Amino acid sequence: MAETVLLEGNAAVAFALKQVNPDVVAAYPITPATEVVQEFSNYVANGEVDTEFVAVESEHSAMSACIGASCAGARVMTGTSSQGLALMWEMLYIASSLRRPIVMAVANRALSGNINIHCDHSDAMGARDSGWIQLFCENTQGIYDTTIQAVRVAENTNVQLPVMVCYDGFVISHAVEVVDILSDAEVRQFIGPFEPVAPLLDIRNPKTIGPLDLQDYYFEHKRNQAEVYKNVEAVVEDVGEAFGKLSGRQYGVVDAYRLEDAEVGIVLLGSTAGTAKDVVDSMRAKGHKVGLLSIRMFVPFPVDKIVGAIQHLKCIGVMDRHAALGSYGAPLFTAVRSALYGKTTVPVLNFMYGLGGREITMAEIEGIFTTLETTAAEGVKGEGIYWIGVRE
Amino acid sequence: MAVNLKELSCKPEGLTGGHRLCAGCGAPIAIRQVLLAADKPVIVTNATGCLEVATTIFPYTAWAVPFIHSAFENSAATASGLEAAYRSLRRQGKYSDEVYFLALGGDGGTYDIGLQALSGALERGHNFVYVCYDNQAYMNTGIQRSSATPFGADTTTTPCGSARPGKTQRRKDLTQICAAHGIPYAAQTTIANWRDVVKCAEKAFKAEGPALLNILAPCPRGWRYESDETVNMARLSRDTCVWPCYEIENGIVSISYKPKEKKPVKDWFAAQARFRHMLRPDNAALLEEAQAEVDMKWAQLQTLEAVAKAGTEAAAAE
Repeated sequence: MAETVLLEGNAAVAFALKQVNPDVVAAYPITPATEVVQEFSNYVANGEVDTEFVAVESEHSAMSACIGASCAGARVMTGTSSQGLALMWEMLYIASSLRRPIVMAVANRALSGNINIHCDHSDAMGARDSGWIQLFCENTQGIYDTTIQAVRVAENTNVQLPVMVCYDGFVISHAVEVVDILSDAEVRQFIGPFEPVAPLLDIRNPKTIGPLDLQDYYFEHKRNQAEVYKNVEAVVEDVGEAFGKLSGRQYGVVDAYRLEDAEVGIVLLGSTAGTAKDVVDSMRAKGHKVGLLSIRMFVPFPVDKIVGAIQHLKCIGVMDRHAALGSYGAPLFTAVRSALYGKTTVPVLNFMYGLGGREITMAEIEGIFTTLETTAAEGVKGEGIYWIGVRE
Repeated sequence: MAVNLKELSCKPEGLTGGHRLCAGCGAPIAIRQVLLAADKPVIVTNATGCLEVATTIFPYTAWAVPFIHSAFENSAATASGLEAAYRSLRRQGKYSDEVYFLALGGDGGTYDIGLQALSGALERGHNFVYVCYDNQAYMNTGIQRSSATPFGADTTTTPCGSARPGKTQRRKDLTQICAAHGIPYAAQTTIANWRDVVKCAEKAFKAEGPALLNILAPCPRGWRYESDETVNMARLSRDTCVWPCYEIENGIVSISYKPKEKKPVKDWFAAQARFRHMLRPDNAALLEEAQAEVDMKWAQLQTLEAVAKAGTEAAAAE
């Protein structure tokens, strides 16, 4: 029986966590994800979950404890942001290499320095190659739905990988929205019971986890691990579809909006999709053939879905909420353009925006669409990399 | 708690032979003694270091017990997670065995890079035993100084040169730092006292809450002595009171070994090439300083023991 409640983004994570009822949560508070830990502590204090909550002394220890608990044989979840994610960096790679199905909420926030507590995607981008599946959410409903789906994705026998549920810090972590929720029973049935693979607590079958892996084997182990990521897209799609049947809200690896007959389009991640959809609608009303591709699964990068959605466009703009210093274009841009190589020769432009929580306005997004239309007609001017909303 | 050698020698080994630690390494001696003390299955977590790299070279393992290594600074945090999972699953009726959790680290992984994680785990009160096998430097990377390295030691990052006589700082007192967390049990011992190690480990495993064992495990490569001298080196560390053996049980200090005749620190220095320069006449003042520090710490420890004893007696008289 569907119920509708008012929730902040972080509270939506905590509520989903409560419904999943993981065996262990090890977490450390950090703005703007603090409420995840705080709200969940209330559930623990009131006996609403069976979870052993470990209030660790740092994010490095949070992920270390999550890995230990997961290896022991527990279902494990956590949450963090920005500097916390950066402090975990070493352990992120170990979690994925040990094939730990840990689910972590990440309220995206700018990395220092200078210190800033507001949204951009530099934290998640720093973890792009760490072997975690990265799912981005557009709104609070998306956070709630994705957190639940992430558990089933992570624990799928063909996946067994950690998942980050990324959502824009403050923009949606602190935005109160109307959220349709499932019942506890529906959530628990959807995710199913946890079946640990080779748990360390199985004392009758002792095993050594995390051995020294030298030049004679490490390469093969990485090669094997790389293969697993090929399974992920189908599982995320299947889980999104099954969730759709349960809730009426369908999810895929990308969200294409009015792209079919579009001439130019924007590709982006996260909450800006909501704003951009409104811009698409208003420009469509004025006769502009514009569309949007919001990428839900950034890692592993769903190349075919992305190419299929945008290769017919006459000009493509990729919006990155992260400045990859010294690189030629930011991560989403380089990934999209590389995916399009050999499929189309149209210009692909990079728009850097919203660093450190700088607002992105509808007018600015409209301006990007106008730049794409002009470029489609007249060709690329300059290096094709634009900074939006910054005082130059 | 009588420790019977015959019984111990019949117990299965948790850390088996065939590993690639150096001849004369003190670490596996310490760990085997500790594992023998457990009366329940033990699950081990290990910080990066000599012990870990030399016992788990893929596709081999010397561990006959469940073992996990993930990184350098997080042995105690990993143990926290294991123990939390155990508690959660048992509480939910999903797991019925009873096990102990043993976190291992060298002095680098414990005194230095892992101290925060250890402190956090001690404060949170996880039910686990942390064993530091202290060989007084980063031996795995080639004998660099740690905060466990003694004053005057020649290491590759505190080399004895014409302007500096090895390490110029004193060592950190890990045992006291851990005990200051108010944990139920902390002990400092060394592999020469196998009976004491087993006894302390037994108490540590049985303690309700976190316990620390700081075990001096001499290293022939880093201390620079012949590899058949390891146990003698541990004995000398104990007999010079450079490494006093004592335990702190629920706050009560008790010295486990009092040498009949306290040997001079000079003897300990003379046995190890890392201190050779400390015996030169021009370094006489440094030798004196080192001796004074050992004397001061030993006197302090005896005072703590006497105070504890007086307190216990006074409580009993009431």
